[in-house]
Amino acid sequence: MISEVAVISGKGGTGKTTISAAFAAISGNLVISDCDVDAPDLHILLQPKTQKTLNFQGTKIASIDQDRCTECGLCAEKCRFDAARPPEIDQIMCEGCGVCAFVCPEKAIEMIDRVSGYLYESETRFGPMSHARLLPGEGNSGKLVTEVRKQSQKMAGANGKDLILIDGSPGIGCPVIATVTGIQLGVVVTEPTMSGFHDMKRVLELLHRFRVKTMVIINKFDLNVENTELIEQYCEENDVELLGRIPFDSVTTKSMVAAKTLPEFVPDHELTASLREMWSRVTTAVSD
Amino acid sequence: MIITVASGKGGTGKTTVAVNMALSIGGTSILDCDVEEPNVHTLIHPETTTVSPVSVPTPSVDLGKCTLCNACADFCEFNAIFVGKTVLVYEEMCHSCGGCSMVCPEGAITETTRDVGLIHKSNVDGIRLVYGELNVGEPIATHLIKAVKQEIDENGINILDAPPGTACPVIETMQESDFLVLVTEPTPFGLNDLAITVDVVKELGIPCGVVINRAGIGDDKVREYCKKWAIPILLEIPFSRKIAELYSIGVPFVKEMPEWRAGFRRLFEDIREVVKND
Repeated sequence: MISEVAVISGKGGTGKTTISAAFAAISGNLVISDCDVDAPDLHILLQPKTQKTLNFQGTKIASIDQDRCTECGLCAEKCRFDAARPPEIDQIMCEGCGVCAFVCPEKAIEMIDRVSGYLYESETRFGPMSHARLLPGEGNSGKLVTEVRKQSQKMAGANGKDLILIDGSPGIGCPVIATVTGIQLGVVVTEPTMSGFHDMKRVLELLHRFRVKTMVIINKFDLNVENTELIEQYCEENDVELLGRIPFDSVTTKSMVAAKTLPEFVPDHELTASLREMWSRVTTAVSD
Repeated sequence: MIITVASGKGGTGKTTVAVNMALSIGGTSILDCDVEEPNVHTLIHPETTTVSPVSVPTPSVDLGKCTLCNACADFCEFNAIFVGKTVLVYEEMCHSCGGCSMVCPEGAITETTRDVGLIHKSNVDGIRLVYGELNVGEPIATHLIKAVKQEIDENGINILDAPPGTACPVIETMQESDFLVLVTEPTPFGLNDLAITVDVVKELGIPCGVVINRAGIGDDKVREYCKKWAIPILLEIPFSRKIAELYSIGVPFVKEMPEWRAGFRRLFEDIREVVKND
């Protein structure tokens, strides 16, 4: 059976990608899946060599035949997204529902396919990688996340890997829901700030609702030890396993600037040692 | 005037910039449009808020009239309605376009409403705070963002805190803004996500400028990028453990480091100048 582990956070900028990349480097025997499709960063550290690119058609878009349009205004009246402005369609506002085409008495509106992003199948120095890029301003990031996951499952099958590591996106909305549906383990990376704590609780609630087992990493824990303890206490009270604490260290930024993962950049550093220990507990947890 | 604080990458300091700017200029409205993970209130701590639910239209099928013809499911682009031996509505998938009720030949589909989140309103430290809170499990944030934006004070100064990323919730927040403040950090991740965001901003055609937060931690490439594309750097906030620690306990740093107020006021004046001439 193929297992999926996702690194998510609720709040952005807590260290998901740095930790995911480190886990990929430590394992070296999995498929990597970047499900942050609207601001992906994992490729900066993993430098994937793309072998296949597919167009992603997320939604359709309305197109008005200006010769037929009488500007009667019915489409504008029925469009709930303020996108139909006959004889034009606002490309950014249109969600592709098709209501305007349905109501147009002149049959002047057609729903056409559009490319809303790209899906990549790549190879990295740590193994195969499935990733994507949503074009700026497009909707439907959840659907593209689902495509990235489907592709990574196929790649895992083809390469004989039984583990997929997912780098998730911030928030708790559609791309995150698409990321965590049906995964085996969610690793939540938080930081000891009031917002980090607040956002972690919401993402844990989401994972709980989707019946996903969870573990928590407190990054930059020494920024506020009191808050770290509050988070740990919260985890204990709510039966969430604490995976570990990571100290704030400028070496993290330096490794990012060098486009290296932490285990490559500082193999003997205590950070790398603690990430190794965490990864070993992650693999034990998914094999249970 | 509407100033939106955005960033592709999460955790660069959007909320920090939005709140510290609001406190420095005073008398503004601050609207937290990051309804998935709203954080402004974790920095300015309203004692009480007025709470109201936000609802969206959702289909309701009268199975007595339904003939299971499948017209609604064929029409729905979002797979929110399924017809088999009965009809299932996946409410969370529904974009509330109203199409299913229009196409149903039997008139079996009407629309009811369902709650997707809450709007909180409060006044703190001379600032009017509005924030949305999406119900956990709801995938679509845009309806709630629209509702938060209904609270924009047409005659006043509005600072909007955007969600991270570049997808539809971000666009929904940015639309109608007079100016976009793009907060980034001087790292490869910060630069990559800034460049993606600038692409979005170009499509929207809204003037923008950059705030570099945690200046000094990484490299110089964000500055080089801004120079190359002629994007003004409006403010640099150096990396400081004190600022980070104040943030961690929920204190906007201008409160403890009042010397920064002038910098944020200048940031605002620079923006106002651009908006006036736009």
